[in-house]
Amino acid sequence: MLHIFCPHCGELRSEEEFHAKGQAHIPRPLDPNACTDEEWGDYIFFRDNPRGIHHELWVHAAGCRQYFNVTRHTVTYEILETYKIGERPSVTEASVAAKKAVDQGVTA
Amino acid sequence: MSNVNVYKQRPDSGRAESPLFHAGLDELARKGKNSAGVTLREKKLLGHLTLRGDASDPDFAGGVHKALGLELPVALTLVANADASLQWLGPDEWLLIVPGGSEFATEQRLREALAGQHVSLVNVSGGQTILELAGPKAREVLMKSSSYDVHPSNFPVGKAVGTVFAKSQLVIRRTGEETWELLVRRSFADYIWLWLQDASAEYGLAIKA
Repeated sequence: MLHIFCPHCGELRSEEEFHAKGQAHIPRPLDPNACTDEEWGDYIFFRDNPRGIHHELWVHAAGCRQYFNVTRHTVTYEILETYKIGERPSVTEASVAAKKAVDQGVTA
Repeated sequence: MSNVNVYKQRPDSGRAESPLFHAGLDELARKGKNSAGVTLREKKLLGHLTLRGDASDPDFAGGVHKALGLELPVALTLVANADASLQWLGPDEWLLIVPGGSEFATEQRLREALAGQHVSLVNVSGGQTILELAGPKAREVLMKSSSYDVHPSNFPVGKAVGTVFAKSQLVIRRTGEETWELLVRRSFADYIWLWLQDASAEYGLAIKA
């Protein structure tokens, strides 16, 4: 069982209190009427399915009932970070790749 | 803020039935035993008000303090005075519990103090009830029912958390060393009542009116 840090409650809570709500950071088109069918279809239906770092929307359904973002590794299930809506993630694919390169002694 | 829903929802005349009315707790209390590990009491027909607003706005916090004499509680806590309690439910949401019958006057006082602000205040008295668990074994019953850590080191008096409980969901509030309150939704009240009877059977359950 995972323990997930709720950024609103400020403590680790049991996984069963949460629900995953899919990919995070999907901005609604500013002018929906100007979208092509393809752009609108991408916005509504198409989601990333990465192998590695993924930013997701979760809700603390049984607790404070607030939505927040989770950065999760889709292979290891490790939750690397949770942060409030509107904030930017500090752990991203780029930051993890950069760290890995440093660890392996590769100079950028 | 619309006043369309502001009226006395529970008239003085007429009979009100709490969510556990059908369980006949008064009758059970008369038959009850004296030595029991767990004591259960329904704090029924209290006034419950859900308040939403911007906690970082000094006008909002000041208005609440002016109307209630209570400071807005921070995350996962509960503040109370002689007859009212105010509990944090979320970053912009609080639950105010006042004695039954006084909720309409309290609501009007709050609306007056918060007039013109972007807030929401809803009377939810009919939708939920409070079950008070007390006694030396009350914590054991909670440990059997919820995955949340109710050890005193993690759950001091004055803490209140929404969590999963008996495969359902409710709010656990610790109001004293051996006193806990469960905030139960009306439609779950019968199920939780049956669950608590079963969970506390091994410690002995006494009902208080």
